Amino acid sequence: MTETPNRWRRFADWDERPLRLDKFAAEDWKNGFAAFTSPADPKPGVSVAAGRIISMDGVLERDFDMIDRFIADYHLDPAIAPESMAMDSAEIARMLVDMHVPREKLVRIAHGLTPAKLADVVSRLNALEIAFAYSKMRARRTPGNQGHVTNAKDDPLQLAADAATAVALGFDEVETTMRVARNAWSNAVACAVGAAVGRWGTLFQCSSEEAEELQIGMAGFTSYAETVSVYGTEKSFVDGDDTPWSKAFLAAAYASRGIKMRCTSGAGSELLMGFHESKSLLYLEARCLCLQRGMGVQGTQNGGIDGAPVTATVPGGMRELMAENLLAVWLDLECASGNDARATESEIRVGAKIMPYLIAGSDLICSGFGSILKYDNSFNPSLLNGEELEDYLVLQRDFEADGGLTPLSEGRSLDVRQRGIDALSAVYEELGLATASAAMKASVLVASGSDETESFTPRDVSVISEAIKARGITVIDVITALAKRGYREEAENLLNVVKLRVSGDYLQTSAMVRNGKVVSAINDPNDYGGPGSGYRLSAERRSEIIGIRDVLDQKEVLRSESQHEKEEAKHIDYRELGEAVASSNSKDVVIGISPAFGLKLFQTTAGHRLSDVLGEMTKAIAARGLSPRIVRFRHTADTSFLGLSAARLAGSGIGIGIQAKGTAVIHQKDRLPHHNLELFSNAPITKLEHYRGLAANAAAYALSEMPDPIVVPTRGEAMGSRYHARTAMIYAIETSLTTEGASPIEVAVTFKRAAT
Amino acid sequence: MRYGVKDYPLAEKHPEQVKGARGKTLADITLDAVLAGDVTIEDLRITPTALDAQASVARSAGRPRLADNFERAAELVNVPQDVVMRIYELLRPGRAKTQQELLQAAHELRSIHGARRMADFVAQAAEVYETRGLFSKRF
Repeated sequence: MTETPNRWRRFADWDERPLRLDKFAAEDWKNGFAAFTSPADPKPGVSVAAGRIISMDGVLERDFDMIDRFIADYHLDPAIAPESMAMDSAEIARMLVDMHVPREKLVRIAHGLTPAKLADVVSRLNALEIAFAYSKMRARRTPGNQGHVTNAKDDPLQLAADAATAVALGFDEVETTMRVARNAWSNAVACAVGAAVGRWGTLFQCSSEEAEELQIGMAGFTSYAETVSVYGTEKSFVDGDDTPWSKAFLAAAYASRGIKMRCTSGAGSELLMGFHESKSLLYLEARCLCLQRGMGVQGTQNGGIDGAPVTATVPGGMRELMAENLLAVWLDLECASGNDARATESEIRVGAKIMPYLIAGSDLICSGFGSILKYDNSFNPSLLNGEELEDYLVLQRDFEADGGLTPLSEGRSLDVRQRGIDALSAVYEELGLATASAAMKASVLVASGSDETESFTPRDVSVISEAIKARGITVIDVITALAKRGYREEAENLLNVVKLRVSGDYLQTSAMVRNGKVVSAINDPNDYGGPGSGYRLSAERRSEIIGIRDVLDQKEVLRSESQHEKEEAKHIDYRELGEAVASSNSKDVVIGISPAFGLKLFQTTAGHRLSDVLGEMTKAIAARGLSPRIVRFRHTADTSFLGLSAARLAGSGIGIGIQAKGTAVIHQKDRLPHHNLELFSNAPITKLEHYRGLAANAAAYALSEMPDPIVVPTRGEAMGSRYHARTAMIYAIETSLTTEGASPIEVAVTFKRAAT
Repeated sequence: MRYGVKDYPLAEKHPEQVKGARGKTLADITLDAVLAGDVTIEDLRITPTALDAQASVARSAGRPRLADNFERAAELVNVPQDVVMRIYELLRPGRAKTQQELLQAAHELRSIHGARRMADFVAQAAEVYETRGLFSKRF
């Protein structure tokens, strides 16, 4: 960057922020960079003759490309289309956000809407309206979440430990993939075993090459698939090496094997593949979604997905991602709503991106959340990752919103990780695939990521994986091995997941497993109809969500103060001398201490002993030839009034007010209560030297000097977030000791020389 | 039997009618039965009956397209894996060099596997691919 002398240096500051790593693209419809509308988008329209769609969105039947043809034949209902298409787009948009219009009515209307019309309707909604409509229109009432479990070494021990951890965190689905394609079988077995720890019902996917993924599913290791991608232009589709018919065939093939499946699509894929036809991102995605409904898949993974980062470079891109998710649920598809590929380096953009989904709920809020560290994510980093997982847990608590996850204690995390590692090691040993040493297992147990493990190498894993495949090992062999080696609970859990495919109940729209039962859009339909309806946190679920770690309560505050009490007794002695009265000695400066000061509370929030604070202050006053007097007030705990009351008792007219937590003020007897001489409000960063300076200044004021005010330097720390919970609890202890009209007490303080 | 929304989940509402490919009920499929060798992967496969039942549930829930997919799937249950994968491969762009190859696959589905819906579906693909020039050579 060239040095610009006249540059406002704030821009240089901004240059250093992570946001500036994000690159933004100019709106340019001709080159495909348009989120909601493009002049190249067709006008909505449909013609029906003799029960057939003979034109759609301005294209005559004979000119239909493959996608048009598929949508006209399989999505559009000719009996409904004329009526739906005749409706005013603005009116339908209002119906989407009208809580009195039931979901089913809108779903039926959508059966007759073309891609251009669908896009036209949702483009009329602002971001808030889209989020609201999403909340109303999503198919299943209870929200859920999906996590990625992968690592940079394809280490099966770590996969088992991390899958067990993901299950304990509450993920309804776990998805893995590999660094090395031939490691698929080992990854599948490792995650299947890990996901069987603790409870059963977490569905599991191993994303790999189409044919192999289906084979792994048939061997019983996986229970769902979602990498069946579709595209919004014919050329992209063909370049993706498929057609609507080949993908629909695959959809039927998965169902025929009893495996749950959803398709994948998202804004930006056609743009990245170079065949966007200058159409808007939303219109192309509307085509993808109509196609998917036509194929008869139960759901979709959409919301940009791999195209989310490029979509987020365009004006309105993030709103577009929300709009396309809305289209998915309006078309009655299960929606795994993206929030996976990390579309930004800015943590603020990350938080803003996830919020509407957290509040609105979604079948699977992320498709997937990176349950592992960023560098271990073989799909690429997710919007949220192992690093930020606790932030997400706190957002759930902040907004009392069910994001599908549950806080995990340190003890429980070690338990489930150990169990996952041991169970998998037993299976690999029992099946003669590999033996894990105690050191390998120990390193994985506590590792945050694969950089810290001494475990299987990718090459070891390839040997294991190829053996699993070549020997035709199935889930039955794994279940048997688990039971033989004493992992009966895990064996049962794994068997239960495979048994799901016998009835096929979990093939229905938005199916997941909760508490051993299949829950889907059929037996848990979203019935939102205004406040009090739809999904609400139960008292039980709320208590899970709010149970984050390291939460402060008053008992904890008092416990820590009582530890300091003993220590303080070695340093200081307070002796009460009776009621304090105003003096006429112009040399005295009064230090007014709060009701709990040294009685119930013993340290400032910065951690200084109150004896040290008082010691510094009295020394500094005495150093100017003045007499420090200490008076305990009992009628107030407020800093200003402590200071003002102290000043009124001082012969010099100058007083210091100080609370036990360390907040202090210099006051003068004739001033208004909140018009003090100097205020020291940031106790957590106030050091002993500042208390010394404060007292020296008080002495200077008493001598009618005009000192430089003491400045406690702040770097903009969020003092409130760091200290206010503790401060409020401490202050409540102070106020509980106040009594209306109680007289001040003169206190004699003796400093003791204590062994530290 | 036609199933509706109230019959769902079938495993809970009609457990006696839910059976694996060899006739075992969910109650028969236990860990002990697996360990005794009485349960194999065959018993954990979905059946055409189950898929037709789910199609019926989906239709009653207002999801005709999902129901159609389940019905197509029911026809594929007993189609061997290699045949399924071969026909899927043939449906991908440029794999079939002529329309005839796809029509042949449709015929195979219909006559050998009794997969009437799937056969119609593949035959339609053959027609569309011809129109859209997908039988042209791809390198």
